[in-house]
Amino acid sequence: MPGLRASLSLSAIIIAAALWAAPSRTAQGVAAWEQVYSVLTSPRCINCHTATNYPQQGDDRHRHVANVVRGPEGKGVPGLNCAGCHQETNADSTGVPGGHNWHLAPLEMRWQDINDRPLSSAAVCRQLTDRSRNHNLDGPGLLKHHEEEPLVKWAWNPGLKPDGTARTLPPLTHEQFIAATRRWVEAGTPCPTGK
Amino acid sequence: MATFQLTVNGQRREVNVDPSTPLLWVLREDLKMTGTKFGCGISACGACTVHVGGVATRSCIVPISHLGDRPIITIEGISNDAVGRAVQDAWVDQDVVQCGYCQSGQIMSAVALLKSTSRPTDQNIEESMGGNLCRCGTYPRIRAAIKSAAAQINKGGA
Repeated sequence: MPGLRASLSLSAIIIAAALWAAPSRTAQGVAAWEQVYSVLTSPRCINCHTATNYPQQGDDRHRHVANVVRGPEGKGVPGLNCAGCHQETNADSTGVPGGHNWHLAPLEMRWQDINDRPLSSAAVCRQLTDRSRNHNLDGPGLLKHHEEEPLVKWAWNPGLKPDGTARTLPPLTHEQFIAATRRWVEAGTPCPTGK
Repeated sequence: MATFQLTVNGQRREVNVDPSTPLLWVLREDLKMTGTKFGCGISACGACTVHVGGVATRSCIVPISHLGDRPIITIEGISNDAVGRAVQDAWVDQDVVQCGYCQSGQIMSAVALLKSTSRPTDQNIEESMGGNLCRCGTYPRIRAAIKSAAAQINKGGA
């Protein structure tokens, strides 16, 4: 009987630990997500995740100059393609940013409302984890996207502005961003509650 | 300075310039092809538009070192293309030009539009030509000329 009591006690401890650990893991995941969100809503990222017919520019996120429009594939229109200015790499001598396959994120991946206000953390999280809206990426797929996608990585190498000064960077380094994404993914990509 | 091999209007050209030099300056200063105009210098007006690898490109902000081996077509060579010829003919027929400064860029953008959209709507025209500014306000005639060129192309005249 003492052995049975000891076994039951041990089981109770394990169950209690599991119950304690589960919400903690989620909370840690949500905390990691908030770090990810801080990057996604920085101008270098969100300027091309608009809900409108145009991209944005600058830290003030103003409408892109030259009447640039989204176009059917997010790459502009025939006389005014993204690639008509944005080359494969930054052009620091003229201040034009560049990267491979420069384009707007599709509307289903918008992180703003139509008044150019960033969506809430919960809303962006839901969008990012909705596989019908994220090119069917699971958690590891999202991590890989953040690690390797050239336009994601461009945010940490955004080049010089036309006035010769450097564009601002996201609030985390790319390494910190990846670490936060990994913690979020390992926690099961939990999202904050709320709208 | 560095040497670059370019293909401009089907001809091989060699230039020795600073790699950061915008294509526009290479065309105008080194190759003496002054049909392409300097307007704003920040890709906001479209006067400098040429085709690079078939894409309407703002030559004032693309450094020569970013071109690679993509062929370049300028206003001087656009009449060698059937669509380009149709657009130029329509520009004459519609008497589009007033001062003319922006018109080489306008024509290059119009050709890019018609090469991908043979029957452009008003919205197609507004969006594709929206980056080409004309201080003389020739927009109504530009629109008419694009529609005229489209009709000619679709009739088999180009």
